[in-house]
Amino acid sequence: MPRPSALTRPFWDACRVGRLTVQRCTRCQGYVFVPQEFCRHCRSTTLTWVETAGTGRIVTYTVVWRPQTPAFTAPYVVAVVELDEGYQMISNIVGSDAAGAAVGDRVRVRFVRVSEAVTLPCFELAA
Amino acid sequence: MSRASRRAVIIGASNTRQARTLPGETSGSVTLAATRLALGDAGLDLADVDGLTALPGLDYASGSDAFGYALGLPTFWTGRAVPGPAAVVEAAQAIEWGLCDTVLLAGGQAGLYTDRGSVAPWTRPSHEFIECWGLMTPAEWALSAREYMHRYSVKPERIAYIASVIRNNGSRNPEAVYHGRGPFTPDDILASRMIADPYHLLDCCTTSEGGSAVVLTTAERARDLDRTGVEVLGGGWDSWGPSYTHPPTYDRAATWGRKAGAAAFARAGISRDDVDVFEFYDNFSWEIVRYFEALGYCEAGEGPDFVAEGAIEVGGRYPVVTDGGTMSHSHTGESQRLQRVVQAVRQLRGESAANQVPDARVAVVTVVGEVVLLGV
Repeated sequence: MPRPSALTRPFWDACRVGRLTVQRCTRCQGYVFVPQEFCRHCRSTTLTWVETAGTGRIVTYTVVWRPQTPAFTAPYVVAVVELDEGYQMISNIVGSDAAGAAVGDRVRVRFVRVSEAVTLPCFELAA
Repeated sequence: MSRASRRAVIIGASNTRQARTLPGETSGSVTLAATRLALGDAGLDLADVDGLTALPGLDYASGSDAFGYALGLPTFWTGRAVPGPAAVVEAAQAIEWGLCDTVLLAGGQAGLYTDRGSVAPWTRPSHEFIECWGLMTPAEWALSAREYMHRYSVKPERIAYIASVIRNNGSRNPEAVYHGRGPFTPDDILASRMIADPYHLLDCCTTSEGGSAVVLTTAERARDLDRTGVEVLGGGWDSWGPSYTHPPTYDRAATWGRKAGAAAFARAGISRDDVDVFEFYDNFSWEIVRYFEALGYCEAGEGPDFVAEGAIEVGGRYPVVTDGGTMSHSHTGESQRLQRVVQAVRQLRGESAANQVPDARVAVVTVVGEVVLLGV
């Protein structure tokens, strides 16, 4: 399970209330994920957290049949999702039709609560 | 001493016995055993060693310092790379600068992979934005392979062919953990169970135990020794960021080794056609395609055709992974990086345990973004 740091806590706090957020630079308007202390595009330290639309497309994916640990139930789908804002994140594709995922498919965020402290931003295939 | 005589050469290179498990051994004991073998191969003593890059087990933080102290060495130079191709380049640079005269590169692992309900401990990336999605090494590397295969319409059997070649090399190698298991066809690879699509079990590296070590010294010192010194012709290493942290897309993976490879060939002053042996890190089958493209042997998307029809088999023009690599010879977590160097040295000395490439004069060794060119 994620162990948030001071830098990443806002991301996980927002997930708990059903909002997918990302760092955005107030100077160059660039998006930064995973969280870091300054802008990757212009090196400005003026990053703020903004909510995203939570929609995007699958850049690539893999169906995992050999689970990382017994905590995971195979098969599960790991994907790189490019959000419509233009940044990428790794996540799981969930839902009854996840096994049919393909490169280029449209997806939208679906929050999966796994504990009191942690809600994971997964994605599902968009209709 | 002149600059030419301070040039570094590899003078010793050895693996211990490799096995799925080595009961009673520890990471320290197999790393020590490999150290003894490589120094014996070189005709040198521990007292000659004044530089060290060591990684017993997974002690990334202090492996070199702790192993050097445990060996009873007085002060010693330490490298910062994981023992492998980049560590060879780093050691050669240290020797040529006069920071030390004789460098030991050593690593090994035994007794670390005990929880067989999970994947091996070195494949469970713990990053906050990785671990929670169930990623482990095969899934991580499958992502870039899947994207490439989609982009260039590559059928799985073309990638499976690569695994069959490497596993057949190992099947012929009496020192390989999976000696005698072949022959394999691409269909055998595709018939094995899926691990992380598109990678089947037999597209993936194995896990095993053992140690490996390499010794470098000055060309001048090597002249007094009884062994063929292997020259470090050029090399380099590329990073695109911390591993197991950011999305491993094809566009990122494709950059690994491009600059390093260009720098290696430029310094060596040789062309791609001068290379006889290709000791690529075969953690997953498609990686062999990626390396040929990254090193400039063919364009992006051309790799599956480039490797086909025997080109990468022993007897072909571009023989790869001639000991059977991590798929068949051994994969110990990290010291398999040194095994690639050891096998290149043995090929160049004409001493490969199997699959000897006739008259091999130049070998290229790659591990992820690391490249070194070796020659005799």
